[in-house]
Amino acid sequence: MSLAIKDDEVDIVIGALRSDLTTFMNEWRPMFSRFHVIIVKDPDLKEELKIPEGFNLDVYGKPDIDQVVGSSTSILFSGYSCRYFGYLVSRKKYIISVDDDCLPARDPKGFLVDAVAQHISNLTNPATPFFFNTLYDPYAEGADFVRGYPFSLRGGVKCALSCGLWLNLADHDAPTQALKARQRNSRYVDAVMTVPARSLIPISGINIAFEREAVGPALVPALRLAGEGKCRWETMEDIWSGLCVKIVCDHLGLGVKTGLPYIWRTDRGDPIASLKKEWEGVKLMEEVIPFFQSVRLPREA
Amino acid sequence: MVEPATATQAAAPVMPQLKDELDIVIPTIRNLDFLEMWRPFFQPYHLIIVQDGDPSKTIKVPPGFDYELYNRNDINKILGPKASCISFKDSACRCFGYMVSKKKYIFTIDDDCFVAKDPSGKAVNALEQHIKNLLCPSTPFFFNTLYDPFREGADFVRGYPFSLREGVPTAVSHGLWLNIPDYDAPTQLVKPLERNTRFVDAVLTIPKGTLFPMCGMNLAFDRELIGPAMYFGLMGDGQPIGRYDDMWAGWCIKVICDHLGLGVKTGLPYIYHSKASNPFVNLRKEYKGIFWQEEIIPFFQQAVLPKDCTTVQKCYVELAKQVKEKLSKVDPYFDKLADAMVTWIKAWDELNPPTAGSVPNGKAA
Repeated sequence: MSLAIKDDEVDIVIGALRSDLTTFMNEWRPMFSRFHVIIVKDPDLKEELKIPEGFNLDVYGKPDIDQVVGSSTSILFSGYSCRYFGYLVSRKKYIISVDDDCLPARDPKGFLVDAVAQHISNLTNPATPFFFNTLYDPYAEGADFVRGYPFSLRGGVKCALSCGLWLNLADHDAPTQALKARQRNSRYVDAVMTVPARSLIPISGINIAFEREAVGPALVPALRLAGEGKCRWETMEDIWSGLCVKIVCDHLGLGVKTGLPYIWRTDRGDPIASLKKEWEGVKLMEEVIPFFQSVRLPREA
Repeated sequence: MVEPATATQAAAPVMPQLKDELDIVIPTIRNLDFLEMWRPFFQPYHLIIVQDGDPSKTIKVPPGFDYELYNRNDINKILGPKASCISFKDSACRCFGYMVSKKKYIFTIDDDCFVAKDPSGKAVNALEQHIKNLLCPSTPFFFNTLYDPFREGADFVRGYPFSLREGVPTAVSHGLWLNIPDYDAPTQLVKPLERNTRFVDAVLTIPKGTLFPMCGMNLAFDRELIGPAMYFGLMGDGQPIGRYDDMWAGWCIKVICDHLGLGVKTGLPYIYHSKASNPFVNLRKEYKGIFWQEEIIPFFQQAVLPKDCTTVQKCYVELAKQVKEKLSKVDPYFDKLADAMVTWIKAWDELNPPTAGSVPNGKAA
């Protein structure tokens, strides 16, 4: 039932906001080494990147960005948005992207989670957005569709995007993390599920994978907060592009999955300092969500 | 290999919540031995036992439980001609228990469901989890990727609009099953050995506008918010279909909850489902449903309730009207079912007269 993805159809895209990627790349080596890796250096980062040997990779920096999009547009790709440049120049069918402060997680049995393999599995198995399966992913081993699930919907649709989760530092906004300073996510929820059609979801860019050919054009860092900074709490670009992708997927009959894989997000930054910068994003969401809830795309699209 | 819990006393709460506000409704045709295993969790609560099948048989209730029991003779006596809406020779008869209850909350469970163990080996107090689910708000208007934001250790994620973080009242809590999963007959026949061993540690709100297959094996709901819509249909003896009672109720309640701005949760708690029913018997009961659900689901997906339907009863009667208009052409059974839906509401209102100054259940969306 699932498609087979060949290794050379995948690009792993990493936005480098820190210069020393040694630990990051070494920790991910077992999962990344089979694939081509694109590293995009944040144009605002002054130091040289330190990357260990042994990877099949291409590195892009400010000069490349300026050359491809022109220096007036290149502002779009600074900070966390630098990885979108990687999506732009990639020639592969699938992209997997994680933030550079994330490491492989361990499952409750203590085994390292191969997030890359799980994302690939999510993308190759169908999604089921038109009816909710109470046992979650029906294509997972040991699971299936439950009684009452219409047979005509059991073939599913193509999964265009897979949104993973985070152990340790979860992706909360600055006010929430500031309020619950010591809260860390330790709950490993062993499920992948399809986000139902017409349901909106905040798609975090920290740990995602998608079919570039299906939804790539919708993943553009269009929403840039005026005070966007170098901390995840200071960004909304991924939330914005994620909402666009979900609307497009709903319209085109494609699926979006959420759940596994988990990655381990290391502690970084001060949420209270970020509060000032993110507040604008929080206010914007209130305007933006009703728009997305009511937008309708014409049939010809 | 997954096994049921045996050491349940240790997991019993010191102070059982809602013990005077919740009834446990159990349909049965054989015996209630399974209650022994649930004793530490259930004993503080009142039970309503609905005895299906031969009313002359005596169902033995283990000592120490506070209960009322109704057999078919009781149902006929209490409802008179309206008893026709209550199924016979099918666990769908359990909805009679919802109707006669005087409590705010209902928990219903099948008599082949035992206490499950969580991954750490601890016994799962399913009733306690259902109560938590019902007392905590739902979030149907925007999906939270960390599932239930009100659980300990969780919260709303970045990007979740603050204006939606209060949530809405939860009307239904749908639990899951370890060991024998709730598969339909064809799947059971193809995978007779499959057992659900995956404990998914999550509760989530089913988004507005999304339908789901509601299983009645491990279910709790707020009777005041959604009770009249929990009719389990015409199944069993004399009917062309079985094993679609809870499905039918699930589609109806979801449409109505979406309309009234109420929430439906699924996920924890797990129970341990011990008995697999005979798949050939199931196939005979279900097979019409397998064809009919292809028409029924689009019907519910497209159902729109008018703004002036501000109570559950009004919504339900309107739904019955639409069933008669649009589904009768699929099979005359739906004509009968639509009539039974109306009879059910009449019976519900007779047994549950509105108190003075009662208000509509919610705001129409």
